[in-house]
Amino acid sequence: MTAAEQVERIFREEHGRVLAALISQFEDFDLAEDALQDALVNALERWQSDGIPENPGAWLTTAARRRAIDRIRRTATLERSLPVLDPQLFSYDEHEMDETQIPDDRLKLMFTCCHPSLALEAQVALTLHTLGGLSTQEVARAFLVAEPTMAQRLARARKKIREAGIPYRVPPADLLPERLNALLAVIYLIFNEGYVATSGDTPIRGELCGEAIRLCRVLVHLLPAQRSAEARGLLALMLLHDSRREARLTPTGELILLEEQDRTRWDQAKIHEGITVLDEALALYDPGPYQVQAAISALHTEAATPDATDWRQIAALYDRLATMIPSVVVEVNRAVAVAMARGVSEGLQMLLRLESQAEGFYPYHAARADLLRRSNQREAAADAYRRALDLCGNRAERVYLQRRLDEIEHRVDE
Amino acid sequence: MKYLLLMYADESIGSNWSKEELQAAAKTWAEFRKEMSSSGVLVSSSGVAPDTSATTVRVRNDKTMITDGPFAETHEQLGGYFLVDCKDLDEAIRWAEKIPTAKYGSIEIRPLWSPGS
Repeated sequence: MTAAEQVERIFREEHGRVLAALISQFEDFDLAEDALQDALVNALERWQSDGIPENPGAWLTTAARRRAIDRIRRTATLERSLPVLDPQLFSYDEHEMDETQIPDDRLKLMFTCCHPSLALEAQVALTLHTLGGLSTQEVARAFLVAEPTMAQRLARARKKIREAGIPYRVPPADLLPERLNALLAVIYLIFNEGYVATSGDTPIRGELCGEAIRLCRVLVHLLPAQRSAEARGLLALMLLHDSRREARLTPTGELILLEEQDRTRWDQAKIHEGITVLDEALALYDPGPYQVQAAISALHTEAATPDATDWRQIAALYDRLATMIPSVVVEVNRAVAVAMARGVSEGLQMLLRLESQAEGFYPYHAARADLLRRSNQREAAADAYRRALDLCGNRAERVYLQRRLDEIEHRVDE
Repeated sequence: MKYLLLMYADESIGSNWSKEELQAAAKTWAEFRKEMSSSGVLVSSSGVAPDTSATTVRVRNDKTMITDGPFAETHEQLGGYFLVDCKDLDEAIRWAEKIPTAKYGSIEIRPLWSPGS
């Protein structure tokens, strides 16, 4: 790792924690952010000549605090801000300070950034920018929007936090489950944005998976253990999905289905961690949809070969999931699991019952096509692949569907 | 922080309620008002007369234009407001969700704006 890369990594890792501490102290999102930016510029210069300090987080916090105080003085709002200028502020010595002296307020910051009164896209952008430490340019690239658009989105969100009085705190017990769900949804959305990315700036989008996992680790670490079952479930789910990242696309970007993946390319370290985290979650006896999905993913990764997959158990877990989060997506997957566990015809019948709800949903047609192909109903399968292709916009999925269609058409012609 | 809680709902709702339904609604309102006034958050509140009573005024090129009806014709109409003094948005949301009309209409929360805030 070069010195510049090392500095970049430190900035990313420390950004959320330092910013959260500054917001706690100065009660001003914009001031905290501006002061931290100043401190980062300063650090870039100083660290290049003096080397990276022993406690970079403490260094940045101290430097940013000074910048914040400078800014308060400069903007002549000294009077209004006097209460926060306690004399102790000036006595911090960056060499004496270590990380343990910086309060970890990232949880508060997470709940503020994911407050439901902010638009979902603003929640995602703010979370990545403030907690993930991604620059405005990086967030813009990850979401395929122009940088000025993203800068505006972030500025507007910060303005709303200030003007609408969005609280900076961990929600009280009665609000916590609902707000935590919203926070988990944002993290999972960031992950999926990276996971399904097959177009655009692939490297930065792939990085979103790692970023979502990192945020979720922080969340699990900071939440009270009794409240953390679903956060652990989501962390396990993302680790298990991510373990297959290298194996799920061909070098040319075609999607490889689970059953056709080279299982030796699955990341065993991630699988091991995912399963350990899932076990910790299940031990809390507070079930939820992320834990069930992680358990399904774990059953897939535990099978040495596709034939060894425990489809009965997977079908049972989809039954459970369907009662927790009823949706067409879950029903389609459930039908596929039933087809594998109890026979293609039973699965196909379940799928057909979904037709009225799922007609415009390409995974429904893709699943139907695969089951029809498995039961040798080639003409019907070809029609279903064509319908799926009409509806599908994802390049990797399209390549896969087209290949299947070509195979069938080739055989139908013979 | 002061927040204006604006109640929007379809005005025609309630016009065909039975006597029992009206009594139940009046009871709910009375309980809600009591809870809000005893909590100390309430600054002021009032209902407004129906949309048909609204007049809109615009001054363009020093000329006053007066039209019948509300500023915007919408599916839900302004029915009244509460001005409350809350700690933060979450507290305002809690009060908004308790307003009886939230069950069939919408409550728009607007922080009062002050220069320099």
